[in-house]
Amino acid sequence: MAEVEETLKRIQAHRGVVATIVVNAEGIPIRTTLDNSTTVQYAGLLHQLTMKARSTVRDIDPQNDLTFLRIRSKKHEIMVAPDKEYLLIVIQNPCE
Amino acid sequence: MPAKAGDRHRQGQSGPSGGKAVPPRPAKAVSKKRDEDVSTEAGEGLDEWAAAKTLVKPPDQLELTEAELKEEFTRILTANNPHAPQNIVRYSFKKRAYKPISYVDQMAIHFSLNGNMILKDSDEGRRQKIRLSTAVEKASVETSAGTSEEAEIKDEESTGDTQAAGEEETEESGTAEVAEAAEAEEPPPPRVKEQKLANQFNFIERASGTLNNPMRERACQSEPIPCKNFSTTAYQWEIYDAYVEELQKIERSKEKEKSKAQIAKREEEKKKGRKLTSLESQSDDIMKISKAAKIMERMVNQNTFDDIAQDFKYFEDASDEYRDQQGTLLPLWKFQYDKTKRLAVTAISWNPKYKDLFAVGYGSYDFMKQGQGMLLLYTMKNPSFPEYVFSSESGIMCLDFHYDHSYLVAVGFYDGNVAIYNLKKATSQPSYKSSAKSGKHTEPVWQVKWQKDDMDNNLNFFSVSSDGRIVSWTLVKNELVHTDVIKLSVEGTTVQGPEGLQLQTLGCGTSFDFHKKIDYLFLVGTEEGKIYKCSKCYSSQFLDVFEAHHMAVDSVSWNPYHLKVFISCSSDWTVKIWDHTIKTPMFIYDLNSAVGDVAWAPYSSTVFAAVTTDGKAHVFDLSINKYEALCTQLVVAKKKNKITHIQFNPVYPVVIIGDERGHVTSLKLSPNLRRMPKEKKGQEVKKGPEVEIAKLDKLLNLVREPESKAEK
Repeated sequence: MAEVEETLKRIQAHRGVVATIVVNAEGIPIRTTLDNSTTVQYAGLLHQLTMKARSTVRDIDPQNDLTFLRIRSKKHEIMVAPDKEYLLIVIQNPCE
Repeated sequence: MPAKAGDRHRQGQSGPSGGKAVPPRPAKAVSKKRDEDVSTEAGEGLDEWAAAKTLVKPPDQLELTEAELKEEFTRILTANNPHAPQNIVRYSFKKRAYKPISYVDQMAIHFSLNGNMILKDSDEGRRQKIRLSTAVEKASVETSAGTSEEAEIKDEESTGDTQAAGEEETEESGTAEVAEAAEAEEPPPPRVKEQKLANQFNFIERASGTLNNPMRERACQSEPIPCKNFSTTAYQWEIYDAYVEELQKIERSKEKEKSKAQIAKREEEKKKGRKLTSLESQSDDIMKISKAAKIMERMVNQNTFDDIAQDFKYFEDASDEYRDQQGTLLPLWKFQYDKTKRLAVTAISWNPKYKDLFAVGYGSYDFMKQGQGMLLLYTMKNPSFPEYVFSSESGIMCLDFHYDHSYLVAVGFYDGNVAIYNLKKATSQPSYKSSAKSGKHTEPVWQVKWQKDDMDNNLNFFSVSSDGRIVSWTLVKNELVHTDVIKLSVEGTTVQGPEGLQLQTLGCGTSFDFHKKIDYLFLVGTEEGKIYKCSKCYSSQFLDVFEAHHMAVDSVSWNPYHLKVFISCSSDWTVKIWDHTIKTPMFIYDLNSAVGDVAWAPYSSTVFAAVTTDGKAHVFDLSINKYEALCTQLVVAKKKNKITHIQFNPVYPVVIIGDERGHVTSLKLSPNLRRMPKEKKGQEVKKGPEVEIAKLDKLLNLVREPESKAEK
């Protein structure tokens, strides 16, 4: 348990990381380092997108599964690591 | 009634003598009856009257004298209203006094009844006449019989209506009214057809309604059944998942059937399984995200070190074409951990299964400064933090991954102990450790190497140490059992000790390597600079001895392709390549500084790299240049740091180099250093170990023959 906590802390402390959000299976954020409204927005939208992405991958081959999802935008990169029950979202400014 | 008035008169007269007045009458009546009846009755009546003559007086009879009794009073009948007031006075303003009114109205109205007779000559009368005239002729005959009856009925009604005083006037007037009413009624009925009847019957509608209770609405509603909307899309993967679940259920049920046969074992397993699951359920929600967190950390790192990752994957130094066979080492990631800052890297090894995972052992080469040791496992995917961290009391000097079970790491310590770490287990302590009782070395263990499982399928590994022993450790039933394989006795140094004991000085083994094909054959390098060729079967004798170096042999290594060739390096600044059948080295390289480590490249039989304590890495390719390094590059800061070890990645063109400050640097080999034999036109290029062996053979032949000729 402490390991996971440490990992999350390290991620948050990593260079360029803006925010970390942990979302549960229903799209409700459990842990966040952002303010509430933004968190809720991110959580809801990304949850839907991840579900769609996962559905797409699995529809093509049911034995396959989504490992992670990366959305690179002009300003930053949103990374989503889906799990069976949870979703880990990290927003980072990739250093270029 | 006149009779009454007469009565009054008489009563007035004979009031006081009411008793006397009575007898004469009954006397008369009785006398009449006498005449009629028989004498017997008369006789009885006389008796009665005789008794009656004795005056019967009421108790409250006014007692008067006889004179008073005879007094006559006169009463006059007048028409005055006895009830009318006689003394009404009126105030006269003229006289300013009350004056009695002389005349008072004496009329007493006993009964009044408003009639409904209309004067014939009045307007209304005439109108009615006109109306009735037409109808009278028709109805006069018919209604004549009825009118008399109606008159009688009306009589009764009218008598009933009037007061009980029963005055004749009223009766008469009532009858007269009835008669007229009856007459009036005659014409209307025949005219019904022509005119609307306008309530001529004095019709009154009388209705009564029942009391309607006010309505109140009372409603009751049951609670609505909770409804939920559920929608989903049936994807292919949902169907697949359902099938998989079914399969698992079937399998589980099958297992349960099997378990009935072997209960004991299964129970144990189940218990272990249960323990695991209970732990999982107890642990926090956060635990479930560990996998995702790990992936995320790697992603984040990839982003941060994006350029390095790109280099690692794609960058090929184009300038190598112009560099005329020289190559370079491109620095990639640098791995460091804050707890190992003061420790030196003492061992590096790549994991045989996961090509990006490598283990680094930390300890100290300094005899005086011995502290704790660490074992870290890094992955190239996450350069900022190690995957596994193990700490130990004594510095780690060497490590080795098991070839098949890549989660087992054998480790040798500075204090002479050996241990096995199991990466699958979460503890930071070794799974198995030797101790003084179980035969640990008395000197630091310089190298450990896994061997094939022995006949009982027990894991075993070898260790070499400065105490001159080569020990084989076997994992028997969770314990490390040691067997001395060889003692490195230095030849010719058997000293005669006191009491006839023969003491043997033992050499200090510093490195060894096992042959890849020939199982029993292995080489040991010693501190004296000798290399012994040994066999596992012979415990006291060596197969061969090579006078290799002047100083301690830091590393020996068999060529991965060629069966006969091995390389050795030493602190005497030299790297030597040998053919184990020949006592003299094939190639000798002087690197101007103590050589810490040397390693063959896995992709070519002629490429090897060496690192020196002045911070330089040298890469040689014998097929290209037999005498010089293709690349000599400063990897770490020269004066402050020394490089200790180097290892090639088995798959990627990457080497990792460890130094004294606890840093591990990864470098990419430029294309020149990775030259493969050129394709000849028209010929198929044989790729594989045979090619490599042939390549090296060629070289060796060039070197060998002149030597053999020289020998001859």
